This record gives sequence, C-alpha cells and structure tokens, in this order.
Amino acid sequence: MIEFTSVSKRFGDGPLVIEDFSLVIPAHKTTVLVGSSGCGKTTLLRMINRMVDPSSGTVEIDGTSVLERDPVALRRSIGYVLQSGGLLPHLRVVDNVATVPRLNGVSRADARARALELLDTVGLDRSLASRYPAQLSGGQQQRVGVARALASDPNILLMDEPFGAVDPIVRAELQQETIRLQRELDKTVVFVTHDIDEAFLLADQVVILEKGGRIVQKGSPSEIIENPANDFVASFIGVDRGARALTIKQTPHGRVLVDDAGRTQGVLVEESAPARRSEGSLP
Amino acid sequence: MNLFLDALAWIVAPERFEGSSSLFVRLGEHLYFTAFSVLIATVIAVPIGYLIGHTGRGRELAVGLSGAARALPSFGLILLLVLVMGVTNKPAAAFTAFVVLAIPSILAGAYAGFEAIERRTINAARAVGMTEWQILWRVEVPLGLPLLIGGIRSAALQVVATATLAAYIGLGGLGYYIFRGLPLGRYDEMLGASILVAVLAIVIDAALALCQRLFVPRGVAAGRTPSLRTAPARRRAMVETSTAP
Repeated sequence: MIEFTSVSKRFGDGPLVIEDFSLVIPAHKTTVLVGSSGCGKTTLLRMINRMVDPSSGTVEIDGTSVLERDPVALRRSIGYVLQSGGLLPHLRVVDNVATVPRLNGVSRADARARALELLDTVGLDRSLASRYPAQLSGGQQQRVGVARALASDPNILLMDEPFGAVDPIVRAELQQETIRLQRELDKTVVFVTHDIDEAFLLADQVVILEKGGRIVQKGSPSEIIENPANDFVASFIGVDRGARALTIKQTPHGRVLVDDAGRTQGVLVEESAPARRSEGSLP
Repeated sequence: MNLFLDALAWIVAPERFEGSSSLFVRLGEHLYFTAFSVLIATVIAVPIGYLIGHTGRGRELAVGLSGAARALPSFGLILLLVLVMGVTNKPAAAFTAFVVLAIPSILAGAYAGFEAIERRTINAARAVGMTEWQILWRVEVPLGLPLLIGGIRSAALQVVATATLAAYIGLGGLGYYIFRGLPLGRYDEMLGASILVAVLAIVIDAALALCQRLFVPRGVAAGRTPSLRTAPARRRAMVETSTAP
C-alpha cells in the first residue's frame, strides 16, 4: 500500500505544483492517475521512488516513509516504465533487461537467464535479445521497458505514460498485455496517463486530477462513469458524447446500444453479467 | 610543378634518412609534441568537460574560455610563453602553448557528448536505480564517446599543424626543415617538409577515425543526434547489426 499524506511540492521558488495531496493506493491493484498535462501526475508518480521529494507531507510505502530509504536502493526495489521504454541505446536488449539485477550484484549469467525468461513473459521472441533498442519497433521497445521494470521482481510498478509514443493499434495491444500481466503477476501498479479511455481500461481505481494535483474524483471506472462528480469530469470522460453516450435502439432481433455517431456498439441483454469493464467503447 | 617534384625528391633523398637530423628523428619529435600535448590536454579537459556535462553547470564559463583560447594566435602564444617562462624552459613553454590550443576542442567534445544524450535516457538510468557514478560510467561516458573522440581529432589536427612552430624556438620537429630552409631560400626543403606535415595530419586523422569505429558503441545508432565526423561509422554499424539475427 502506498499512502500520500498532505503532500505539497514546489520546484525552487516557483508556484505549488502539488497542493495538499492525499491518496491511498491499495496493494495489488492498478491505480491510474489521469489528467491534462501540467496537473502534476508525473510529479506524484516520481515521488514514490524519490525521483522527486515532496516539499511537505509524506509518502509512505507499507507504513514506512520513502524519505527514510536510500533513493538508489528504493528505486531498485520499484519497477519503473516510461515512454519509449527509456532504454539504454548502447546495450543489447538482454542487457537492458538485466540492468537492475546486475546493479544489485547478480552474476551476468544469472541476470541474462532471468532476462530471457522475462522476454517470454512480456511476449517478445528470445531472438530479439541480442538486438539493440534502435533496431526494435516502438511497441517492442515498450515491452523491453516493461521486462526491465519486472527484472528484480518488484512489488510496485510505476508506469509513466508508457504507451504515449506508440500508434493506436500497438497501444491497444500493449494495454491488453498490461491487463494480462497484472492478472498473472499481481503487482501494485501506479499508472499515469492523459488518456481517459486507457485509464478506464486498466484501472481498478481511477484518480482524475486537476491543476495542482487536486483530486476531482476518484473511484472505480464504473463509479465515475455512472456518477461523474461535476461537469469537468463529465466532459473530460465524455459521457455526453461519442462512444460513451449510448442510446437504446429497438430492432427486430432485440434491443441494441447505439453510440453518438449512430453506430451499433453492442447488444442489450437481460441481467448482464459482471458489469466491470463492460461499459464504454472498450475492445 | 618542378618545385613540387623537387620537394618530393628532397623527401626521398638518401641523406634524409641518416644523421642526427634525419626525417625519422624529426618525425618522431613532431609526433611526440603532438601526442604528449594532446594527452595532457585530454587529462585536463575531459574531467572538467564531464563535470560540466554531467551537472549542466559552468557551461557558459567553459564556452567563454574555450572561445578565448581558440582565438589566441599560436605563434604569438609560443613566443610569449618563452619570454614569460624563460629561454631555459622552451620545451615547457611550447608544450603549454600546444596544450592551451588543444583544450577547447576536447573540452567541447567532452561536454557536448554528454549534452547530446537524450534526457530521457539519463532519467531512466537514474529511475531504475543507478548511482550518479554509475550513470556517468555506464551511460554518459560510452554514449558521449563519439563526440569526445571527434573533439580529440580536432585537437590533434590543430596541434600537429602548430607543432611546426616548435622549430622556431629550436625544439625540432618537422618544422626544423622549414625554418632551416627559409633563410637559405631552399624551397624544395620547405615544401617537402610542409607536405610531410600535411601527410602526417591526414594519417593522424585517419587513425583517430579508425579509433572512433572501434570505440563507438554499436547500438548507438541511427535516428539519434548526428554528430561530428561519425556518420559513416554509424551507418556502417547499422548495416552490420541490422542483418544480424
């Protein structure tokens, strides 16, 4: 469990980027921080592994303040995935994945063996292991980034807009992979994005942020879609338009749901089974 | 054309290869001036350049000082240093002048090499738990190498040309022949020695280009900052590695 208590942050003598932010991030769940650029979501994420220290307030992991921990050791114990993988261009894929275990003193052979297993885990062919990052597609680089983050088997995985730089088809594929991985590995995932659809797709808990890191609304995707806290949220998530504003249409074969553009999005059945993740335009 | 042939004839004449001022001796002196000056300059400039590149501080100062040092007239500097340091310290004065001339390129190569690395790469290295020292040695130094070697190449070329002036204060090197031929009007000798200096410069440049190919990390490949003098090496690296399994 990660807990933010009254966290504020200002850089230098600039304005407050984060103002009195408190949030509990439950263990073994995916929490997505979503908001427009400049809302402080990445700053909040980076406070968890001490890439940024709060000006006031505390960030605790399982009851221990991160400020009591050595930043380097803390970062090695937390997986971190960022846009385009953030891979080291001069190292082969296998050595990129093995980076953290190597830093922790694992032997080269053991670290590489583990790295190859991780390539399997993230769905990459082992033949890519000897390539350099520049020789991979954006989607493949991103998978390598995830494998690297998982290499030391961390409990916490931080993902900073990881899929922002890949095309929509690859992004959808990576999102599905993330869901599968989370089902298999059961990590505490903190994910930052500005894409509300991505947030609804991946999250157990969605936290919608405004400027200054102010929480506008938090809850499960269903709770937010069913009951947007205010007009800002309603318009941000687009409940009144597009693929999320569904109307019922009677057809000879039963009732179907039609979106804003008149396209049929689904069929209305009686007592639909698990409601979670069934709403919206999700693939 | 006759003068040119005369110069070539002067170079290959048997007496060039014997005695205490044979070509080998002068060439050796010239190489020694160049290599030692560039080495000292590297030892001084690289740590400073790395510090500037890693911390991002002091860049303006370095740019200012480098610019000023580049603008110094080398001939004047050598004479000035001989006067200041005394005629008994001529070698030290000459080396000091060469080192001062070599530092700006190497310094610029060192910090520009670090600055050319994407911030995201450094950020990622720090975020996965590298210490500052590990970031320096495992990320910045290897990735900054192409530009650093480019800087050393520039410096070496500048010093190999300027080292000719060492003979003016009686230190030898290939300039010996030029300053000996000048008052005698021996144009074949002066041109011949000049050709040798030019050839030496080309050979040194080629040797350092080879170094670049050998030392530049293979994965540092296409799509990233195109840098001084490294394009052919990179293109080659890409072709080699992209056909690998």
